[in-house]
Amino acid sequence: MFPIENYHYATSVEDAVQHLAAYEGTKILAGGTDVLVRLHEGKSGYGHLIDINGLDELKTISMDESGTIFIGSRATFTEIITNDIISRNVPMLAQSLLTIGGPQVRNTGTMGGNICNGAVSADSACAALVYEFDLQIQGTEGERRESIHGFHTGPGRTILQQGDLLKSFVIRPENYTDFKASYIKYAMRGAMDIATIGCGAAIKMHGEEVETFKLAFTVAAPTPIRCPTAEKTMKGAVISEESLKRLADAVAADVKPRTSWRASKEFRLHIIRTLAKKVTRQAVDNQGGTC
Amino acid sequence: MQTRNINLTINGKKYELVVDVRQSLLELLRERGYTSVKQGCGVGECGACTVLVDNVAVDSCLYLAVWADNTTIRTAEGECRDGKLSPVQEAYMEAGAVQCGFCTPGLIMATTAFVEENKGKTLSRQEMKKAHAGNLCRCTGYQTIINAAEEALKK
Ligand code: FES
Ligand code: FES
Repeated sequence: MFPIENYHYATSVEDAVQHLAAYEGTKILAGGTDVLVRLHEGKSGYGHLIDINGLDELKTISMDESGTIFIGSRATFTEIITNDIISRNVPMLAQSLLTIGGPQVRNTGTMGGNICNGAVSADSACAALVYEFDLQIQGTEGERRESIHGFHTGPGRTILQQGDLLKSFVIRPENYTDFKASYIKYAMRGAMDIATIGCGAAIKMHGEEVETFKLAFTVAAPTPIRCPTAEKTMKGAVISEESLKRLADAVAADVKPRTSWRASKEFRLHIIRTLAKKVTRQAVDNQGGTC
Repeated sequence: MQTRNINLTINGKKYELVVDVRQSLLELLRERGYTSVKQGCGVGECGACTVLVDNVAVDSCLYLAVWADNTTIRTAEGECRDGKLSPVQEAYMEAGAVQCGFCTPGLIMATTAFVEENKGKTLSRQEMKKAHAGNLCRCTGYQTIINAAEEALKK
C-alpha cells in the first residue's frame, strides 16, 4: 500500500485545477514513475494527490494546418516515440525519450512529468530547449502559454504555481523545419540509468555554413540549459575540426557542472566538451552535410 | 479508507472489485492468487512484477490498482492455455533461460509484449537486449534469455 493520505480522481482539467489549488502541497499523479517511487520510499510531501489518469484529452498528439505540433502532457514516452508526427518532424525528441529507463517505465511515464518535476537530468529537456517548446498551462485564473526558457528555476523547481496543470507542449514549425538534430546521453549504463550529462543540438545549414545552431545540456548546471556563448561561435562557421574545437572551448563559459557521486566537476566538464563536438557532428550527419 | 469500484479482466476472467486507492496492481493481483507476479524492488527497477495492461508491458508495482479500471490484464499464469505453454514460455524452457525462476514470469511477459509488437521483423541482439532492459535476472547472465527471445520471435 502506498501511504496516500488524500486522493482525488480528477474528472476534468478544471476539476483538477480546483482541487490542486485548494490544498497547499497537493501533487499531481500522472504516470507514477516518480511519484509512486517517492511514496514507496516514504518521502514526505507526496501524501495528497490529484490523479489525472482519467483525463484522456491530455493524451492527444496532433499537428494543425500551420505545422504546429501539440503533445498532451499525459502522452507516455512510448506513445510519443511511436507517433508518426513526432518521428517525421522532431525525430530527436523520440531519440531522446528512447534513452529513458526501460520499456515498462517508458510505457507509463509521461513527458509532462519529466519536465514538470524539474529534474536537472530530464532526458526530454534538451529536445524541449532546442525545439523551443511552449507549455500550455491551465491555472486558477485561466489558460496561459509559457516558454520552456526560464521554466526551470532550480533543481526540482519550476515556475508552476499551486493550482497549475500543464496541458500540452507546443512546438512551432519555425523551430523544427529544416533543422536536423541529435541527442546524446552519457550515462554509466546503456539503459535504466540517469544521465551523467545529456546533450542535444539542432542545426540549420545554409550551404556549407551554419545558419542557426542550438545547443543544450542537462546536468551541466542547476537547471537544463542552452549555451549562448557556444552557439555564437558556430554562426556562419563551416563544420570543421577547428570550428568544433572553438565550440568545445567556448562551451565552458555556459556551463556550471558540479561534483556528485556520479561524476566529478572536472570529469563532467570533459564530457560536456566532448559531447558538444560529438552531438554537433551527429546532427550534421543527420542533415546530410560533410564533417 | 478511500475506495473506487473497478471492472477489469484478468487472464480472461471478469472481475468487479472495490479497491483501496492506495493499493498497487501488484498487490491486487497477488491477493487474488496471481502469484506469478513477483515483487522484487517495488520501484520500477527490476521488472519482476511485469504484467500486460491492454497488451502493454508495465511494472505492476508502480501502477495503481484503480488505473486497471476497464482494462484487460495478462499475467504469466494466463499465458499457458489448456495445459499448453505459450510459444514464449516454450522458448524459455528450450533455451534453458530459467534458473531460480524469480525473474521469469516478469520476463515472460516482457518478451511476450516484445514478440507481439515485432512479429515478422528481423531484429539485432542489441535491439532485443534493449527491449528487455527493464528486467533484471541475477542467475542466468541473460544470454539464454536473449536466445529465448530470438527463438520466440521466429515462432
Ligand atoms: S518489483 Fe516492480 S519493477 Fe521491481
Ligand atoms: S533465473 Fe534467477 S533471477 Fe532470473
